[in-house]
This record gives sequence, structure tokens and C-alpha cells, in this order.
Amino acid sequence: MTTAPAHTLEIRNLHVTVETPEGTKEILKGVDLTIRSGETHAIMGPNGSGKSTLAYSIAGHPKYTITQGEVFLDGEDVLEMSIDERAKAGLFLAMQYPVEVPGVSVANFLRTAKTALDGEAPKLRTWVKDVKTSMENLRMDPAFGERGVNEGFSGGEKKRHEILQMELLQPKIAILDETDSGLDVDALRIVSEGVNRAKENTGLGVMLITHYTRILNYIKPDYVHVFVNGRVAEEGGPELAERLEAEGYDRYLASA
Amino acid sequence: MTVTDHSQATADKAHSHGIIPDASRADRPTSFDVDAFPVPSGREENWRFSAVRDLKPLFADEPVDGHLEWTVPDLPAGVTLAQVPADDARARTVRAPGDRASALAVKHSGGAMALTVAANTVVDEPITIDLRGTGADVRGHLLVEIGRSAEATVVIRRTGTATYSEYVSVDLADNAGLNLVLLQQWEDDAVHAGEVVARLGRDSRLRGSVVTLGGKVVRLNTSAAFAGEGASVDLFGLYFADAGQHQEHQLFVDHAVPKCTSRVTYKGALAGATARTVWIGDVLIRAAAEGTDTYELNRNLVLTDGARADSVPNLEIETGEIEGAGHASATGRFDEEQMFYLRSRGISEEQARKLVVRGFFADLIHEIGVPAVEESLLREIELELEHVEEELEHEAAETAGE
Repeated sequence: MTTAPAHTLEIRNLHVTVETPEGTKEILKGVDLTIRSGETHAIMGPNGSGKSTLAYSIAGHPKYTITQGEVFLDGEDVLEMSIDERAKAGLFLAMQYPVEVPGVSVANFLRTAKTALDGEAPKLRTWVKDVKTSMENLRMDPAFGERGVNEGFSGGEKKRHEILQMELLQPKIAILDETDSGLDVDALRIVSEGVNRAKENTGLGVMLITHYTRILNYIKPDYVHVFVNGRVAEEGGPELAERLEAEGYDRYLASA
Repeated sequence: MTVTDHSQATADKAHSHGIIPDASRADRPTSFDVDAFPVPSGREENWRFSAVRDLKPLFADEPVDGHLEWTVPDLPAGVTLAQVPADDARARTVRAPGDRASALAVKHSGGAMALTVAANTVVDEPITIDLRGTGADVRGHLLVEIGRSAEATVVIRRTGTATYSEYVSVDLADNAGLNLVLLQQWEDDAVHAGEVVARLGRDSRLRGSVVTLGGKVVRLNTSAAFAGEGASVDLFGLYFADAGQHQEHQLFVDHAVPKCTSRVTYKGALAGATARTVWIGDVLIRAAAEGTDTYELNRNLVLTDGARADSVPNLEIETGEIEGAGHASATGRFDEEQMFYLRSRGISEEQARKLVVRGFFADLIHEIGVPAVEESLLREIELELEHVEEELEHEAAETAGE
């Protein structure tokens, strides 16, 4: 095993608003979170608590406005970076609802992204082999590469495609936004294996956003953060997830 | 950005909604007599989106003496290209012209050029004819005649510049197959009005692709009429309008006989403040045309501010005994979520835009079915995209200056 790389994503007092028909609404109300290489942080919380907003804000989605706070990756100011610069810095967002890009093949998309991230085209032979291996690991048909990005993909195919990208693009920190939602247990296992492989191979740090505890049977979290009403309501180790499974979120919602 | 989508569909006269300007699309006049068509003012139904002012030279009933330079390959056995005298040309034209510009094109062309493929001749290699304008006023009349059970691919590429009107008659005999590709790769000051009229015999198959990238004004009016059962037509169009370009494509598919299939798929991109495109797709299913299967689609991608795309699908159905009939039209800007997705993978904004546009046209380009043309089009679209990036930089600079 190589020396574990040490990267740190630091989120400090993050406040985020979004424009709604009813006016500006604050979704994140001061989030503090630090994720290091090799760590897996599960972010759990009820619907509407701001988990996805956290993910998309860090990735730079234009819909969200940062009103306060800071995000650093290895000391670099992420909020100053454009969307693609964040990816180049080593951030990756596996989306809950990946977008269709008709007419752009998966193979072309993957190669274009890899080239953009590395600043040069990958060596053809190793690249083709890497893609093939990753696709096999994720039980994806080789013909998949010729399909349009997310075009007509099933829910499970979309999620596997997200993890395929994560494995090939080798980010420092990955944010997985409800990657487990809507997956049957077989697909969940395949996707989880992919995440664990990336952790093992590259020392990936993971922010695992989820609504359900089931994925935590396959991807072991080091830390669990309960997210309620735009901020972290409680933090703990894996045992916190077990408690959530038993008790649900009512306790937090009542006091919120 | 201005977007108009004037969708109209009528199930039958009793339930008609929207305005069908002629009582039916079928009622529009056709004639070799120029005087049957007054000089268009721009208020007429078929000229209301047209660049009438720029097209004006093509409405003048005067002789012209200009020509396009023809480059014709060695023709395979069974294929001939010949000059046809005016009277003969009219007799062999599948129907009379449908507007003033094409009636004048026939009248002042001094006869027609006829490309004829003999019955049962199957030509594997595409026949590519280059027509180059040298700045003159030109009127053209072209006949494409595909004999019974013959098959061919014909590519007609227009380059250079001209003030050009043309009438193209396409005659498919029973069981004939034609892949006709019309490339408008004019220089930026060309003005081109063309009418392409196809008649499809029983069991014949026409694929018609139109690609309009160049020219100041291009107005192409394509009609396909079914004369025998079991025929099919696929009409594809790809256009890319920059600042100062006006590109208009009108289509009319006339289902007059039973059991024919038609597909119309046109896609366009617009970039630049004064870029303008017009798409009008009329489909008529006559009472006799039972078992018809038709679908038409137009999509426009508006890349910068100030461009305008008009899209007018129009379906007239006179019988309920059909397999299917539908149309779709959509015009929009870049999808922000697509851009975010691509950029979140490290792809720059400029590259993401290029990927999306290439993807937008990808399926259409592959429908052309002539590899050399497909490759050259991909390169042309790359060039267009470079222009778009310049436009956007300009736009950004102006915004910053405000």
C-alpha cells in the first residue's frame, strides 16, 4: 500500500440561500464539517434538511448563493473557483439525478473529462484498459460506452455511471448525494464496492449523503452527522446510525 | 432571444383550432406562369417569415446570363447528366412551381440539367456534384430522375456566392431509392431561394438531407408528394445561423395515397444577435391516405442573445384511419443542468458548450449516410462553434462594459 495522501476539505460556518417564488430562502444555516483523505462521513437527515444543497453548493451549482462561510480544499478557497476548477482541484459530486446529455457518448464524455482534469489526453492503451476494468467491476455492459450520457439509463445505470466516473477521474474528495436512493440491494452492493475500491486505491475521502441507513452496511462510515434544518444537529461514530435506524429523526425534528 | 412556436394541428375541419390561412395546404397554387404569383410583399402566408427584401432580385421577371460552375465526376454506367431544352424540361418536371421565385427560375434558366439514373441501376458510390457561384445572378432548373428499382446517392454541394433561385424536380419511379443531400455551404453574401419538389412512385424511398451553413439568405422549400402506395420519405435538415444569416426551411409532405410513411427531422442552432431561422413543416393527410404514418420534429438551440427562431409545425388530417401522426417543436437555450453536469467533471464551459452542440447534431449527421460529407460537416460545425465562442466573448465584453 502506498503512503496515504492527505487531503482536507474544510467547510466552515456555511450559509446558503436559494431564490424561490416566495423570495430568498436560507437553506444552510451554518454548516461546519471537515473531511480528510480516507475518511467516510455519513450525512443523514430528513428530506428538506439541506443535504443536497450542501452537496451542490460545494460543487458550485449556480442556483445557490453562499452568503456566509468558507470552504477550503487543502487550504485553497473552493468558493473562489469556477465549477470546473473545483473538479480540477479534486472534488467530485455523484448526483442523485444525473442529467442526460443527448448525442454525447459515455466513452467520449469520460475521455473528455479525464483529459480536462489531467491537462493532457490519457495514454490510450492504459485508458481503454482502465475503463474496461472499471466497467466490468460495476457489471456494466461494454456497449454502455457507446450510449449517450445518461440517455435512457435506468436509475441503477445512472448511479453506476456516476461511480464509474468517480473511479476513473480519481478525485481527492467525493460527495455522494443519495447514491443509494432507488437502488435494489444488488445494485447497492455493486455501487458500494466501487466506493470501497476507490477508498482503498486512492485514499478517497467521502461525504456520503443518505436518507437510509442501509448503505452503511456496505460502506462503513467513520463519522455520522445528523443534518436537520440546515445545520448539523448531532455528530458521532457509526453507532449513531444504528440509533437513527431505531428511533428515526423525530427527536431532532421536535426540537428544531 | 425571441422564440416563437406557432403549433397548429387540426383533426378535421369541424374541430379546427388556430388559423389555417389557405383553407388547406393543398389549395396553394402551382403554375409555370410567373404572373400567377404576385411579387411577395412579406404579408403572404408562405413569405411572412422570409427575408423578402434580400430575396427581391429573385422576384424580377428579367433574363439573367450567369451560371454556376459545375464540377461533375465521371458518372457510372446507367447515370447521365444532360442539358434538356425548356419545353422538355417542363414536361419532365413532376409538378409546376409553387411560388414566384421558382417559377422565375424555370422561366429564365434556359432549360434544365437532368441527372438520370436508368431503371435497375444501383450506384454504390455517392455522386457528388459541386456547384460554385462566382458572384453572378443565376437561375437554375434541375431534374433528378431515378428509374424503376434504381438506387443512388446524390450530393449537390453549393459553394462560392451567387444570387440564385432554383427549381429542383425529383422523380422517383416505382421502387426507386434516392438519398439526396443538398449542401448550402455558400459564402456569407450568397442569396439562395430554392424549391425542391419530389414525387414518389409506389414503394419508392427518398431520403433527403438539407444542410444549410452558409449564405446571407437561404430559403429552401421542400415538398414531397406520394403518388403510389408503400412509399416512404425521410427528410433531415441541419442548419446553423450566425449573425446576419437568415435561413428558412419550409416543408410540405402530401399524403395523397394510402400506406405511406414520412419522417421530418430538422435541427438548427443559432448564434449571434441577428441570426434568424424559420422552419415551417406542413403535413397533409388526405382522405384517401389511410394507413399513413407520419411524424415531424423541429428543434432549435439558441446559443446567444438576440437570435430568433420561428418554428411552425402544421398537421392537417382528413382521415381517421391512420397508423400515426404527430409533430414536436422545441426551441431553447443551453440547459443549465447539462452545463453544470459536464463542468462538474472538470470540462470547461467552452468545451461543455461544444459537446452539447455536437451531441445535439450527432444523430442527424449520421443520418446523411455519406461518410465524406459527415466528416466534413463535423469539421464545419467545429468552425461554427469557434465563431460562437467569439460571439460569446463579445457578448460578455459588452455586458461588462454596461
